[in-house]
Amino acid sequence: MIIKSPRFTLPSFNRWGVLAIVIALLMALPVLVIGSFVFQATNDNWQHLLDTLLAEYISNSFILMLGVSVGVLSMGIITAWLTSMCDFPLRRLFSWTLLLPLAIPAYIIAYTYTGLFDFAGPIQSALRDAFGWRYGDYWFPEIRSMSGAIVMLSLVLYPYVYMMARAAFLEQSLCVLEVSRTLGNSPLNSFFRVALPLARPAIVTGLSLALMETLADFGTVQYFGVNTFTTGIFRTWFGMGDSGTAAQLSAMLLSFVFALILLERWSRSRAKFHHTSNKYSLIKRFKLHGWRAGLAFTACLLPVLFGFILPASQLLVWTFTTAEDNIDRSFFMLIGNSLFLAAIAALVAVIIALMLSYSKRLFKSPLIDASVRVASLGYAVPGTVIAVGVLMPFAWLDNSVDSWMREQFGLSTGLLLSGTLVALIFAYTVRFLSVSIQAIDAGLAKIKPSMDDAGRSLGLSPFKVLRQIHFPLMKGTVLTALLLVFVDVLKELPATLILRPFNFNTLAVRAYEMAADERLADAGAPALMIVLVGLIPIILLSKAISQSRAGQS
Amino acid sequence: MPLLKLQQIAIAYGNHTVVDDFSMTLKKGDIASLLGPSGCGKTTLLRSIAGFEALKQGTIQLNNDTISSQEKTLAPEKRNIGMVFQDFALFPHLNIKDNIGFGIRHLSREQRKQRTEELLALIGLENFETRYPHELSGGQQQRIALARALAPKPNLLLLDEPFSSMDVELREELAREVRKILKHENITAILVTHDQQEAFAMADHIAVIKAGKLQQWDSAYRLYHQPNSPFVADFIGQGVLIDGLVVDENRIETSLAPLEGKVPNGCKIGCKVKILVRPDDILHNDDSPRKAKIIARNFQGANYLYTLELEDGTKLLSLVHSHHHHGIGEQLGITLEIDHLVVFSQS
Repeated sequence: MIIKSPRFTLPSFNRWGVLAIVIALLMALPVLVIGSFVFQATNDNWQHLLDTLLAEYISNSFILMLGVSVGVLSMGIITAWLTSMCDFPLRRLFSWTLLLPLAIPAYIIAYTYTGLFDFAGPIQSALRDAFGWRYGDYWFPEIRSMSGAIVMLSLVLYPYVYMMARAAFLEQSLCVLEVSRTLGNSPLNSFFRVALPLARPAIVTGLSLALMETLADFGTVQYFGVNTFTTGIFRTWFGMGDSGTAAQLSAMLLSFVFALILLERWSRSRAKFHHTSNKYSLIKRFKLHGWRAGLAFTACLLPVLFGFILPASQLLVWTFTTAEDNIDRSFFMLIGNSLFLAAIAALVAVIIALMLSYSKRLFKSPLIDASVRVASLGYAVPGTVIAVGVLMPFAWLDNSVDSWMREQFGLSTGLLLSGTLVALIFAYTVRFLSVSIQAIDAGLAKIKPSMDDAGRSLGLSPFKVLRQIHFPLMKGTVLTALLLVFVDVLKELPATLILRPFNFNTLAVRAYEMAADERLADAGAPALMIVLVGLIPIILLSKAISQSRAGQS
Repeated sequence: MPLLKLQQIAIAYGNHTVVDDFSMTLKKGDIASLLGPSGCGKTTLLRSIAGFEALKQGTIQLNNDTISSQEKTLAPEKRNIGMVFQDFALFPHLNIKDNIGFGIRHLSREQRKQRTEELLALIGLENFETRYPHELSGGQQQRIALARALAPKPNLLLLDEPFSSMDVELREELAREVRKILKHENITAILVTHDQQEAFAMADHIAVIKAGKLQQWDSAYRLYHQPNSPFVADFIGQGVLIDGLVVDENRIETSLAPLEGKVPNGCKIGCKVKILVRPDDILHNDDSPRKAKIIARNFQGANYLYTLELEDGTKLLSLVHSHHHHGIGEQLGITLEIDHLVVFSQS
């Protein structure tokens, strides 16, 4: 007797499975196109680049990564330990406000600090007024520099480390720390010998995420005049119009990214073995008093102050001072454009994610698993690289269709895809698909297969199982996935800059253009909008985090 | 001289007193058990001995040094008291050798190696040095946790429900094995458990605890046969407390039969009492004129445990060889055989 799959018999692998694989490969197309350039023959521009700028790109990228590593690790680990294991004034408030800097894209924080610390900014002006200095009389750190970029990126990326480290600390069975005490170690010793090594995989995961963002950053380094791969790709593409060299640079950047992905995967797999216990006793936080409490308070306040409060206030000030000139019909058009784009991209990404995740669950086929994994590589790939990887095949397709139509019918179709919103939305989907896949997978994992079975045994058809069990359970998950992609699209800058249709503006692009024109104050209003929308998922995230630990009040 | 001395200790979380007026002493080499229902404060007590909980009142002395009092709590790392946790709490990032060697880093590399090998031999896990905790079974992990705690030769070893995550069939066996190891090393230990079989299998002395208070501190045998309170009688072993009326200096009238035995102090004629009747006190005898109705039965293999009811509603338990097969509702002939009467006054 042939026993069919007991769970769902409706979709046959042939139709759904193949469709899933095709979609997954389509999503992987830009990365594959760029990847293929690793093996391409070189041209003169490439040789020129090799002789001149490439060494600078590489060394700058390394210095940037090194500096950001130091920044995010020190800020992230210290604040995570303090808020999870110690008790001091406003600890609960800090445990979620420490996430807020995540809402500010790096390029926007760069604009605000430039505004604050530049020669004409309020800080230097105040100093000059107070001491009667004039230009050249005094030294002041140059914010638009490599070290400035390191500080900016660290300030908004440390929450990745904070989040992962905090979860790891909270997840650690308190028993391992206590056992270390009974074996003769002081609390501080126990931290270095037990807690930190145990949290290391999680911390490395957070660090690799932060470094991926660092490599992907375009807005900050471009504005600060630090030459890295992303600015190089942009320049070769727009400045020299050399798509081949841009793609080769992208391929090189991609190899950096893959190293980080491997690091992240490896540390995640290690984390499994570093799980200590399923039993959670209530954490007894170490109560800090006096100067210790003050120190802990300050250590948590500084990242929030400089990573969120200060830049957000600057944006508010700019928005109000320029409101009369900026808040007009075109501004609302801008908001409309951005919301429209983000909504469409979020919808597309979530629908595809649902398809892929369900295919994974239903077929349990290694082939589908593998193609979904390839399709979700986009999260690590910088927007500039994806833009180049989207434009090249689209341009080829447009040209082919155009010449074929001209041959056959004598009419030119021009650019059908490249330079349209289709290209842009496709790029967003590629970039942020994994965000939605991760969310949907997590939601699906909560629906145990036994629930499907229970539903079937209680007389529900497969379709009714979907409608009566999965749909209600997945509603929240799908909304979360939509929101996450929505916000990411809203913040995205480089891909939008490269792929947007002529004269089509978004909030991010407007902020970028204003800043590039040295009209920082005018960048305030669009930037503030981005930050405000970006706050929504952060607040949801902080809620989820505070509820994540069983038995934790 | 006792090794460990708890004097009238009290522990509280805020206003909620968890342990109250608790005293006990332990000789070197003895194994004690803190036994009680969950939430009775036994784990809190253990943690206070380890130094993780501060005392509200009383003192804890180890080798005549006060390690805990109202004023001070010596840090756990300074007590040289080993602890085995419920979930073992092995360090997942360290291999077995480094787990066991964690607490003896002050020793030379050679000494450490020697001690580790010695312990692995003791627990029967030679050649496991380079394995990692996640590669081991639950029973193996547990023995490693024991070895790790024993490595620094602690003054005292504390075990917090160390068998609770094991299969029920394995628990007693493991408990006996651990006892053998501890006795071999002449380790003084305290075991916390809510499972009396575990406590019986491992401990020389057992403290029965209820709501943070010590009920009885005795050997397993005496807890079973001479419980000092209705709670202990009920908690240890099976049995029922039936009503009785004192009619003479050493005679008690019950609905079962008149019984002879020592009446509690201060109990005069006419005093109402409760008498402990164990299932093995009620013998089955078809010829006996005394009958009781079977209202439930529980097949246990060699025996049936019958629940019986007398005319006045008094319920009894009786352990009967399972060859004697009787149905529910039948009248079962019984005789009473109580060697030593356990009587509690009802006030």
